[in-house]
Amino acid sequence: MIRDITIGQYYQTDSVMHRLDPRVKLLGTLLFIVALFMYKNPAGYIIAIVFLFSVIKLSGVPVKFITRGLKGILMILMITVLINLFLTPGTAIVTLGKVSITYEGVGMAFTMMLRLIMLIMGSSIVTLTTTPNNLTDGLEKGLGFLKVFHVPVGDVAMMMSIALRFIPILMEETDRIMKAQLARGADFESGNLVKKAKSLVPVLVPLFVSAFRRAGDLAMAMEARCYRGGDGRTKMKPLIYKRRDIIAYIILFLFVIVSVWVGRWSVISGFFNDLYLRFLLN
Amino acid sequence: MPLILDHVSQIYNEGTKESVRALDDVSLIIPEGQFIGIIGHTGSGKSTLVQHLNGLMLPKKGSVFYNGKDISDKDFSRKELRQHVGLVFQYPEHQLFETDVFADVCFGPKNMGLSKKETELAAFEALRMVHFPEDLYYASVFELSGGQKRRAAIAGVLAMKPDFLVLDEPTAGLDPVGRLEILGMVSELHKKSGLTIILVSHSMEDVATYVERVIVMDRGRVAYDDTPREVFSHAEELKEMGLGVPESTEIAAMLRARGFDVDPKVITEKEAADSIYAALKARR
Ligand SMILES: Nc1ncnc2c1ncn2[C@@H]1O[C@H](COP(=O)(O)OP(=O)(O)OP(=O)(O)O)[C@@H](O)[C@H]1O
Ligand SMILES: [Mg+2]
Repeated sequence: MIRDITIGQYYQTDSVMHRLDPRVKLLGTLLFIVALFMYKNPAGYIIAIVFLFSVIKLSGVPVKFITRGLKGILMILMITVLINLFLTPGTAIVTLGKVSITYEGVGMAFTMMLRLIMLIMGSSIVTLTTTPNNLTDGLEKGLGFLKVFHVPVGDVAMMMSIALRFIPILMEETDRIMKAQLARGADFESGNLVKKAKSLVPVLVPLFVSAFRRAGDLAMAMEARCYRGGDGRTKMKPLIYKRRDIIAYIILFLFVIVSVWVGRWSVISGFFNDLYLRFLLN
Repeated sequence: MPLILDHVSQIYNEGTKESVRALDDVSLIIPEGQFIGIIGHTGSGKSTLVQHLNGLMLPKKGSVFYNGKDISDKDFSRKELRQHVGLVFQYPEHQLFETDVFADVCFGPKNMGLSKKETELAAFEALRMVHFPEDLYYASVFELSGGQKRRAAIAGVLAMKPDFLVLDEPTAGLDPVGRLEILGMVSELHKKSGLTIILVSHSMEDVATYVERVIVMDRGRVAYDDTPREVFSHAEELKEMGLGVPESTEIAAMLRARGFDVDPKVITEKEAADSIYAALKARR
């Protein structure tokens, strides 16, 4: 159920990936995703796949945990594939009534699927190897330059870390309230959509009440400890780049430059295009 | 119809590093009409155990039978089971959601498919059974005191007219007067309405005073299943499980150690007082 979503879940173990500075991982994910959308031929993807799996290996997280995150986007994945398959203009292979599958469509659908899968897997690794608190610290420091534009980065980071902290608590609470209502004969499964939505009222009302109560308690506790906004607040464990972070940055940039260069090199692209067309025509 | 647990085991997060064996080969027979207390150290599996009684959790190993039928069976109606076995959770006031108390108590019987009139009758009866103040029947559930909310929540389960009433620490977080009121009410339900009561509690005194059978849980296993007097005679073993004996029993033991002829088997305050009185009188 809700528990299957990998994003936002931390996998406890000790690895190089876990020890890396969160800023490296965040920038890494961003660059990885950008790179994914720049490749024009399979060679780029092959380099990216090798890179991705090396990182997974380094992270010490079982592949099972990383692919679990894919379950959540199965629907989106299928829709994307179908849309691309049928709605890409080009030379038709099969025609079904008004729509047809084209050569270009097959290629496009496959590419999009690959991109989405790798995107989710790439971002899952970051959340699996970084504690939510560390992640917010990374975001706070990494986006610190936005303060110049009067963006309250510190406050936003605090809000994020509180929100992340509350996810498991609220999930547990939901579970408990659902059970309590089930014990009173509630039924969350049968009936049509309207009935199902209505059956959630007995869960949502107590859940909101409890969320507000907790928020009130927390605000009081923070005030009692003299919290007065994020500005000028120092850290117990400040983020400082270490040697391994510098090395990671170098590897990261090398990967991006090489894979994008290879992935967009017209000679290689032409070669693969040729191969693809010949394969389809036979 | 009795509830039967046959070699029930339950494991949380099975197959991962954090797997917890919350119930380990638990076998129990719960006939109708008893007043049963379940005690155990925190994390010993009490809450897990009671969730098996109404099919909110199904055993990983073993079976639970109600009415001679296995509740894990596909064609067994767990919704019906939940009507017969009413479960009141720890902090039940967190489940209240309707605009007023009366509407909230109606939720259970309405789900059972009763007509409007039957539902309202059942709700009235349940609120009377828990001695809920009449002028607050239509008050908002968020305006009540802690004890009143607790009563409203218990009424919400009673309104389904269960044969078994399972209460998971119904007195947690209440003041001493509130505790006594709730316990007195539960005891009255047992005596007057003949309900089978299963009371999960942390208080040895409560258990000694009210119940006729005690089930002691220790790390997912049933350590003792006997009368309170018998169970509380194992003071040493109970201490090892992180539990104790009622204060009365403890005082009796201390007096005995100092040479007074006090009955070591007393468990309630009244028995202790009588026994100490008798011992003092004999000394004269
Ligand atoms: N949803 C859950 N997921 C994982 N482990 C759980 C879950 N619920 C309970 N446990 C574990 O199962 C064991 C038994 O828990 P349970 O809640 O039944 O104990 P309890 O006797 O009711 O304790 P308490 O007196 O504190 O209420 C504990 O070790 C607990 O950590
Ligand atoms: Mg409990």
